[in-house]
Formats: sequence, structure tokens, C-alpha cells
Amino acid sequence: MRSIRAAAVGAVTLSLALAATACGGGSSTGGASGDSPKTLTYWASNQGASVAVDKKVLQPELDKFEKQTGIKVKLEVVPWSDLLNRILTATTSGQGPDVLNIGNTWSASLQATGALLPWDEQNFAKIGGRDRFVESALGSTGVQGKDPAAVPLYSMAYALYYNKKIFADAGIGKPPATWDELIADGKKIKARGKSVLGAEGANLSENIHHVFVFAKQHGADFFTADGKPDFTAPKVVEAVKSYVDLMAKDKVVPAGDAEYAQNQSVSDFAKGRQAMLLWQSAAANLKSQGMSEDAYGIAPVPVRSGTPGQGTQVNSMVAGINIAVFKNTHNLDGAAKFVKFMTSDAEQKILNTAYSTVPPVRSAQDDPAFGAPDTAVLKNTLATSAAALPQVPSESQFETTVGTAVKELFADAAAGRAVTTDSVRAKLEKAQQQMPAA
Amino acid sequence: MTTTALKEPVRETSPGAARAPRRRAGRIRRLSLPYLLLLPALLLELLVHLVPMAIGIVMSFKELTQFYIRDWSTAPWSGLDNYRVSVDFDAPVGKALLQSFGVTVGFTLLSVGLCWLIGTAAAVFMQDAFRGRGLLRALFLVPYALPVYAAVITWVFMFQHDNGLVNHVLHDQLHLTGEPSFWLIGDNSFYALLTVSVWKGWPFAFLIVTAGLQNIPRELYEAAALDGAGTWQQIRRITLPSLRAVNQVLVLVLFLWTFNDFNTPYVLFGKAAPEAADLISVHIYQSSFVTWNFGTGSAMSVLLLLFLLVVTGGYLLLTSRGRRTADA
Repeated sequence: MRSIRAAAVGAVTLSLALAATACGGGSSTGGASGDSPKTLTYWASNQGASVAVDKKVLQPELDKFEKQTGIKVKLEVVPWSDLLNRILTATTSGQGPDVLNIGNTWSASLQATGALLPWDEQNFAKIGGRDRFVESALGSTGVQGKDPAAVPLYSMAYALYYNKKIFADAGIGKPPATWDELIADGKKIKARGKSVLGAEGANLSENIHHVFVFAKQHGADFFTADGKPDFTAPKVVEAVKSYVDLMAKDKVVPAGDAEYAQNQSVSDFAKGRQAMLLWQSAAANLKSQGMSEDAYGIAPVPVRSGTPGQGTQVNSMVAGINIAVFKNTHNLDGAAKFVKFMTSDAEQKILNTAYSTVPPVRSAQDDPAFGAPDTAVLKNTLATSAAALPQVPSESQFETTVGTAVKELFADAAAGRAVTTDSVRAKLEKAQQQMPAA
Repeated sequence: MTTTALKEPVRETSPGAARAPRRRAGRIRRLSLPYLLLLPALLLELLVHLVPMAIGIVMSFKELTQFYIRDWSTAPWSGLDNYRVSVDFDAPVGKALLQSFGVTVGFTLLSVGLCWLIGTAAAVFMQDAFRGRGLLRALFLVPYALPVYAAVITWVFMFQHDNGLVNHVLHDQLHLTGEPSFWLIGDNSFYALLTVSVWKGWPFAFLIVTAGLQNIPRELYEAAALDGAGTWQQIRRITLPSLRAVNQVLVLVLFLWTFNDFNTPYVLFGKAAPEAADLISVHIYQSSFVTWNFGTGSAMSVLLLLFLLVVTGGYLLLTSRGRRTADA
């Protein structure tokens, strides 16, 4: 009898304990927002070849920060595939890190959730002022007319990487400046048995970056001036079709690339199987895969005619990583100090060199360390011919829906099905209907 | 006197009176004990299933987008809008949901059927003792024991267009296809998904049917053999009817697992599955978490829940009626 009573008491206690922990789970665990002013949690995006590489790059810098300020930074490097979901979960639960990296194209979407600290004049003053940053990088920090939701940390742009040996073997003297030239060069390259141009057909974000640039080159936009989706405008359809046509009609992108989503096209290029690659800041990645720096050249991404520049000669999106502060951090001062540290000239130089990116901080950008030819191309692109992705709250959904549409069109092309203006429009129409009403 | 007279009955009754409440208390305790023991399960059920379900239902009536996810309770009510969008089969969202539903139903029927067939055949085949049976049994259960993610990632490698084992065998070695096929994009993705699902699911059927077979008395088979029944007749007249109850649960569980399977398609295809393999669980995930349209996603979930309730209820009603008739 006693044992039964004990069991019952145990069971009830257990259930109450479970109930208590389950209810309190949201508020007591996590421990991310450090209550102690002497600690900070930092979610870094995966920039290097692996999470381990990132830890090796970042940890010495965080130790330096601790020495300077006495604030310990707990680092977590989050892979790209998880980052947006993790941020979303943190937003819902309120249990986020103190400081985090975001893909700069998500700025407006995350700004809309209200989870990130707005960077008004007062907050910018804490890190040396808004003027320290390059204007094009500031263009991807939130909706225009609102205080930015994040601060630029690393800047990137797309460039055309080409294999010097394959080009020489095919008798091509210089990298193509227009798409027509690229297609013409492609014939010569294919005749030598090599594949021409790499793409990541099943990677939604990659698809978006390219069709966005193609749309710009056609003088079109995916969103109207007041932020409404306009995916089926004739010029947008034409632009998306011309990108997919690189595989479907021009056959410069191999059909196999339709299922690539894990940077396989970078490996193909690094291994010398493929003549060209459109990528953002690929140097560190190519090096880690054993491709020597003299083996490839770097040139601006082709345009439709002439040379890259403003307007319809845009040849890259403004790519990059921003650093943001979670609004409900318990250590706002420490977080601001950390952002100041990460965007300081000295750290900008160290980190952007490690990741082969371009500093979005003016004074750091002028450093001779970023004067090498490949960085010069990226820097010049960012300064003269790059455009920021639409800074609208539904940007993240746009990446998914239109990115998926392009993935499906690539799948059609790979299977030998015709990609027509109508089929492109139908996919884009479906994408548009899936967008949430803003 | 009066005092004694008064006292006496008190003295007489007092032991009994004390015993009675104690007995009553004991009875209450005895009666409440089962409920006390059930309490943890009830509370957990409430916390794990009922509360989230209730929250999901509330969300399905709200316009829940990125503007409100920090505090979903502040999202404006949208009435039946989310449901209307979900079942408007002329518009892309509803059309895509209907298509995903169709794919899921076809996929589930095929997968469950094949899992059951292969599992049962293997179990019947393994019923008689032979050398190496234990080893073979253990091998059969490997897919069931492997972590889903690791197993499915291996399949992803095998299904790759350029370097995958599947194309290597089908195209390079057996010359069955003119061109190497795509398995992870386009229409073939359905067969890729089905293959992985059956590979992963049949060992469970095998395990359950094997357990069921242990309960069939050997004498039945001996008697049948004496009466001249062949193997096929024995399977039809003894094995399958005896497995009826086991199969009833097995098929239901397989159906629910397969219909709601999220891990397999998600690991195979990522967050944007090809249309031909767009299972409803990933479709709803995409509608809620990828396009941040949590209200519509919740409405779709509620519709799915209703469908599964109707199907499961109908199935249980049908099979239990069948059994009652059989028992009678």
C-alpha cells in the first residue's frame, strides 16, 4: 500500500514538474540573451569553407575583444541552410542571441518582424557614425526611409571566374563582356570537350541573385515602386527566360547543373572541368579546393551590350553579410561595443581578408590589402554596377517562391521539355500568387 | 447517569466511527489512485498534443505573417480567409495544395502496399528455421534502425545525376536508359521518393508480421498439411486470416507515418520539393515556414487533420465491423 501511495505521489510530482518546466521552458532556458553584462552570444553565418574554419578565424578576434572590454563572446557558427529558420525561431520565442549575422537580402524581411534593433542616429553614433559605411552596402540594411535593421559587415559581388588554360586551349583571348560573346565562346569551349558555365539550378537563393540581375539588365523589376510583387511583367518573364535559356536554348550551362544546390558548380570549376563560373567572392573557396590563384582570371559578369555600369548595365546584386543586434538583448551596451569592434578598421581588414570579401567600411576598403586585381573587380562592381535586391518585407518569400519557379524551369530544361514564354509566365504567376498579401 | 448514558454510546461508537472515515478515505484513495496514475499521461497529452493543436486552430483564423510572429496573439483575425485560400482550387495556392494532396495519396497507397507486401513476404519466407536466419533477420532490420537523416543523405548521393550509383547501374552498366536520368528533380523524383520510403518502411512491416506469425499455432499448419493444403492455401487460409488483427494496426500505422512523412522528402529534396514529389507535409511546411504565411499553413494543417480523422475513423469502423462479423 505504501509503495502504491509513493508511486502515486511520485507520478503527480513528476507531472507537475513536467508541467512547470514545459510552461517555463520558453522563458528560463536558452540562456542566449546573456543576463550578465559580461557575456554576449554571437551567431555568425558560415563564411569559410566549413564551420571549423570560421571558428578558427573568429575565435582569436573574439578573444581580442574580451581582452579589450572584459566581455566574453560565446560564438556559434550557423550554417546557411539553418540560419533563417534559427532566426525565425528566435524571433518567435524571444530567445535569440545578442548579436547575429544576417544575409543582407533578408534585412527588410527581418526588419518587419520587429525583432532587430533599429540603427537610428544615436545607435550609429556608438559605432562611429553612418558615414563610415559605403552607400551601396547601406542599401541592403532595411526598407528605405526606415532606420536600418542591421549594419554591413562583409560585402561581396558577383564576378565571372574563368579558367585561363581552357580559354587558351580554345583560342579565346579575353573573357566575354556580353552574353552573346559568352555563348560564342561556349561553342569553342564545348568543341574542346569541356563544360562552359556552371550554375546551381536547385539553389533558390542563387537562382534569385541571377534572375534579379537579368531583370535589371532587361530594365525590369520584380516589385513595383510601392513594393507589390510584379513577377509576370513581360520584361521580367523575358529576363527569367533568358537566364534559364543559358541551359535550355544556348546550352552553355550543362543539364546536370539543374540539380546542383551544394556548390557543386564551384567544385567543377576548381577541378578544371568547367571553363567559367559566376560566383561571389570565390577566391577563398577555390583555394580551399586546391585551385591555384594563377589558374583562373576574374572579370566582370557579362552584360547584354557594352560595358557594366548603372541602369540596365547592372551585373551583380549587392551581396553581403550584415551584423544585427537582437532587440531584447540584456546587454545593449556590450552588443554595441561588439558591433563597433567588428566594424573597426583593424577587424574589417583581418576578417575581410580571411573571407576574401570586400570591407563595407570606407576607410578599410582603401587599405592596400584590398588592391589585388580580383578584389579590385569586386570593389569596382560594388561601386558602379551592383544593385541591392528589393528591400521589401516579403523579400524572403520572394527568394523562395521565384527561386522555386526557376528551379522547376531548370528541371524542365534538363528533362528536355521546352521552356517557353508561356511556361515561364505560368511558373512566375504561381510564384506571385503564393506571396503573402502585404 | 445521563453523562454515562451519553458517554456510553459515544464510547461504543467511537472506534467504529473512527474506522468508518478511515475506511472511506481508503476507498477514496483506492478509487482515485488510477486517476492519479493517469495524471502524468493526461498532462503530457495536454501539453504535447492538445494545447499546440488548439493554438494551431486559433492561428488558422489569423492573418499571421512576419509582421506578427514576435507575438502571434496580436495578429488580426481573418475569419475563414485562410481556409478559403486553401480550398480555392482554381487559384494557384489551392491548386498546388490539391495537387500535393493527390501526390501524397498516390504515394501513400503505393508505399504502404509495397511495404506490406515485401514485409509480409519476407516474414513468411523467414518463418521456417534455416541456417543464417538470425543474421538475415538482423540485416533486414538495418534500414529501420539507421538514423533517417544519414540513410536518406546516402540515397541523395546515389540518386545524383552525374556521379550517382543509380544512374551508373541503370545507364552505364545495364544500358536500360538512353540518357542518365534525373532523380532529384522533375517527374522521376516521385519514384526516387517511393524507393526510399519503401526501403525505409518495409522492415517495420516485416518486424510486426514476424511477431504476429509467432502467435499462430504450428498445429494448424500441420493439420492443414495433413488435409493436403499446399503452401499457398496455407498462407491464404491460415496465415492471412490469423494476421488480420496485426495487419489492421500495421496498415493504419504505416498509412499515418507515410502520409505525414516529412524527413524523407525534406532530406531528399530540400525545402522546395519537385512538383511530382511534393508531399503534403513538406508543402504545408513550405507554406508556413518558408513563405512565412503561418495562418494559411495552419489552415492547411487543420484540413489535413480533419481528413486523417475521417479516414482513420472510417477505417477503424470498417475493420472492427468486419472483425465483429467474423467473430460472430
